[in-house]
Amino acid sequence: MFKIVTKKVLSEVNKLMEIEAPLVARKAQPGQFIILRVRENGERIPLTIADSDKEKGTITIIFQEVGKTTKELGTLEVGEYLSDFVGPLGRPMELPTAPGRVVAVGGGVGIAPIYPKVKAFHDAGMEVVSIIGARTADLLILEDEMRAVSKELHICTDDGTKGHHGFVSDILQKMLDDKSQKIDEIIAVGPLPMMRVIANQTRPYGVKTLVSLNPIMVDGTGMCGCCRVSVGGETKFSCVDGPVFDAHEVDFDELTRRSRTYLDEEKIALEKFEHDCRCGGGK
Amino acid sequence: MSLDKETIKELRKLKEKHPMPEQDPRERIKNFDEVPFGYDQETAVKEAMRCLQCKDAKCVEGCPVEVDIPGFIKLIQEEKFDEGIKKLKEKNNLPAVCGRVCPQESQCESFCVRGKKGQPVAIGRLERFLADYELAKGVEKPEKPAPSGKRVAVVGSGPAGLTAAGDLARMGHEVVLYEAFHATGGVLRYGIPEFRLPKEKILQREVDYIASLGVDIRTNVVIGKTITVDELFDEEGFHAVFIGTGAGLPQFLGIPGENCNGVYSANEFLTRTNLMKAYKFPEWDTPIKLAKKVAVVGAGNVAMDSARTALRLGAEEVHIVYRRSDKEMPARAEEIEHAKEEGVIFNLLTNPVKIIADENGWVKGMECIKMELGEPDESGRARPVPIKGSEFIFDVGTVVIAIGNSPNPLIPQTTSGLELGKKGTIKADSDGATTRKGIFAGGDIVTGAATVILAMGAGKVAARAIDRYLSTL
Repeated sequence: MFKIVTKKVLSEVNKLMEIEAPLVARKAQPGQFIILRVRENGERIPLTIADSDKEKGTITIIFQEVGKTTKELGTLEVGEYLSDFVGPLGRPMELPTAPGRVVAVGGGVGIAPIYPKVKAFHDAGMEVVSIIGARTADLLILEDEMRAVSKELHICTDDGTKGHHGFVSDILQKMLDDKSQKIDEIIAVGPLPMMRVIANQTRPYGVKTLVSLNPIMVDGTGMCGCCRVSVGGETKFSCVDGPVFDAHEVDFDELTRRSRTYLDEEKIALEKFEHDCRCGGGK
Repeated sequence: MSLDKETIKELRKLKEKHPMPEQDPRERIKNFDEVPFGYDQETAVKEAMRCLQCKDAKCVEGCPVEVDIPGFIKLIQEEKFDEGIKKLKEKNNLPAVCGRVCPQESQCESFCVRGKKGQPVAIGRLERFLADYELAKGVEKPEKPAPSGKRVAVVGSGPAGLTAAGDLARMGHEVVLYEAFHATGGVLRYGIPEFRLPKEKILQREVDYIASLGVDIRTNVVIGKTITVDELFDEEGFHAVFIGTGAGLPQFLGIPGENCNGVYSANEFLTRTNLMKAYKFPEWDTPIKLAKKVAVVGAGNVAMDSARTALRLGAEEVHIVYRRSDKEMPARAEEIEHAKEEGVIFNLLTNPVKIIADENGWVKGMECIKMELGEPDESGRARPVPIKGSEFIFDVGTVVIAIGNSPNPLIPQTTSGLELGKKGTIKADSDGATTRKGIFAGGDIVTGAATVILAMGAGKVAARAIDRYLSTL
C-alpha cells in the first residue's frame, strides 16, 4: 500500500499527488514513469514521474481526470492509500552532452511530464525556452515551476484567456524561423495531435525533436507488448525502449489508432463509475 | 472404505486410468471455472491400487522435483492421506499446481511400467487429489528450522522462484521474494487461465504456504529498475541471489499489419484476462476486446490457453493457425484434446503472411499461405515450406500471437558479470550457478520458454546449490 502524503488541485481537472514510495524515489530519473493501481480490481495505468524527493521518499504525479481511473484517483485524499505503485519504469531521458539551447513544449497535462525534463536540462546547464499551452487559462498548470527552470516561458491558450491566443505550434514556428537563435533540441509532450503537429512542423528544419509517449500499457516491463509503437519502421515497446522517442520517426497514425482501442470500454467504465458515485457505492 | 483382495487384484490389472470427471464442454466454454473436478477419495484409492510399487521405481526419474512417487501412492493405497501429502511436500512445495499443470505424460507417467501395456498410473491426478485434500481441510503450518543467518533474494515469483524460495526457507535461510507485478505467481498468475489453475482457490493458497515457510514476499518491485542485482548484494545485504524471471518477452511474427488494433501477443491477451480479470469487466477495470472470429497463431500450450480463453470471452469461432502439422504441435495432448472438445478449429500447415486492417486500423483479415512439410530443420522437425500460389484470406477480427517468448532482458541488461546465451538467456551450470559468484538462475530465463515443472526442478536444484554456497561463506 502506498500512502498519499500531499494532494493539490491544480485546475478543475488536473491534480497533483505526492505518493510515499521510497524505493521508487531513490531511483527515479527524468523521463521515467510509474504504474499504479488505485485499488484491488483497478487497472494498471502509467503516469510520468513529475518530481521525486529521495529524502522524503516521495514521488510526485500529476494527472488529468479524463477516465474512470484518473477520476477515481482524484477522489482519494491525503492519508489514503493506493493499492499498487511500481517503478521507476522506462529509460531515463538522455541529456545532451554539449551545452546548448533547448525548446520544451508542453500541452495540457503534458506540462506535467515536460517539467522534470526541463528541470533536468536546466540543472545540466542548458538554456531552456519553454512553451506551455492549454485549452483555457484555468487549465494551465505548473506555470511558476516552469518559469523557475526556463530562460523564457511562453504561454498559449486556445481561447485567448491567457498569453498568446492560439497554439503552442504558433510560437514554435516563430522560433524555428528566427535564424539568429539556434535550437539544438526540441522536446514536446502533450496530447497525440499536438505531438504529431510538432513532429511534422520541425521535420523540414532538421532539428532533433523528442516526444514522450503515453500509450496504453499493462505490465510496463516489456512483457505484454501492448504499448508497441512503430519508430523508424521498427516495432518498439514504449515501456522499455521509451517512453522518449525521436518524434520524426514515430508513426503517429498507428499510435493514434492504437490509443483508441478501448474507447467504448472506457466510456462504459466511466459511466459505471459515475453512476456508482451518485448512488454512493463508489468505493 | 477398504477394498477386498479380489477388487485390489482386479484393479492391479486395470489397463486404463480412472477417468477424472470434468465439466461438459458445451457448458464450460461459458464459464471460467476449472474444467476437471479431480478424484474423490474412493477413485483416488482405486487408482492408487494400480501402482505396482516397483522397487526400482522409474517414475521418480521423470520427476524434476524428485517426488517419492511410489511412497505417496502407497500412503493413498493405505488411505493415509495426511501422511501422503506430507510425503509429497517433502519435495514439492506446490503440489496443487503441479497436479494440474505438469505435463505428467512426458514426465513421471512416461516412465511408469503400467504404461507399457495400457495407460500409466494417473500420478498427476493422485498428486492433485492429495493437494486438494489438504487444502480442503486446512494446510498444516510447517515447522520453522533454525535460522542460518544467511539472506537470499529470489527474483521472480513464478514456479522457479516459488520453489527456490520455499526450499531455501526450509533450509533455514532468510528469503525475500521479489515480484514485479502486484500479484505473485508469475506465469501461474498471468499466463495459465483460471479454468486450468484457479487463482484464489489454488494458486493463492500455495503462495500462502510458501509465505508460511517464512518467505518475505515483496510485490511491486522490479529488480533491475527499482533495485538492481548489485544493490541486492551491496545495499540490501543479501549473500546470494536467485534469478527466476522467466521468459517474459513476447515474440511477434514480423509480418505487415501486426500493430493493427485487435492484434494481441498471447502475453497481453492472457495477462488482461487472468491477472487483470478482464472477463469480469466492468466490475474489474481492465477491458479486453474480441471479435466474433478469432485466430490464434501457434500450437503450444499458450496457444491452447489463448484459444480456450477466447471461447470463454464470447468468441463465436476460434481458430488455431499453425504452420506445421498436428504431429509437431508442441502443446500437451490433454490441452489439444480439451481445445478440440470445446470447438476450437485447427488450421494446420497454414502460415500467416500479412494482417489486413480496415479503414480504422482494426483487423479485418489475415492473409495466410498453405504449407507442406519438407526436410527436417535444425530442431529435427520437418521444415514447413510454403506452397506457391496457395495464399488465402482468413476473415478474422482478432489475432493472438502465441509463437513463444524470449527471456526477459531486464536483469541481463542491468547486471554486470552475467554471461548470456545466444538468445538472451542467462548461462548457468547444472546447479544453476551463473558466471558471477553468488548469483544463481533457473527456469525459462536459463532454458528459454519451457514448462512449469522444469522451472520448479531448476529452482529446487539451485536452492541446494545456494545452500552449499552459503555454507562456504
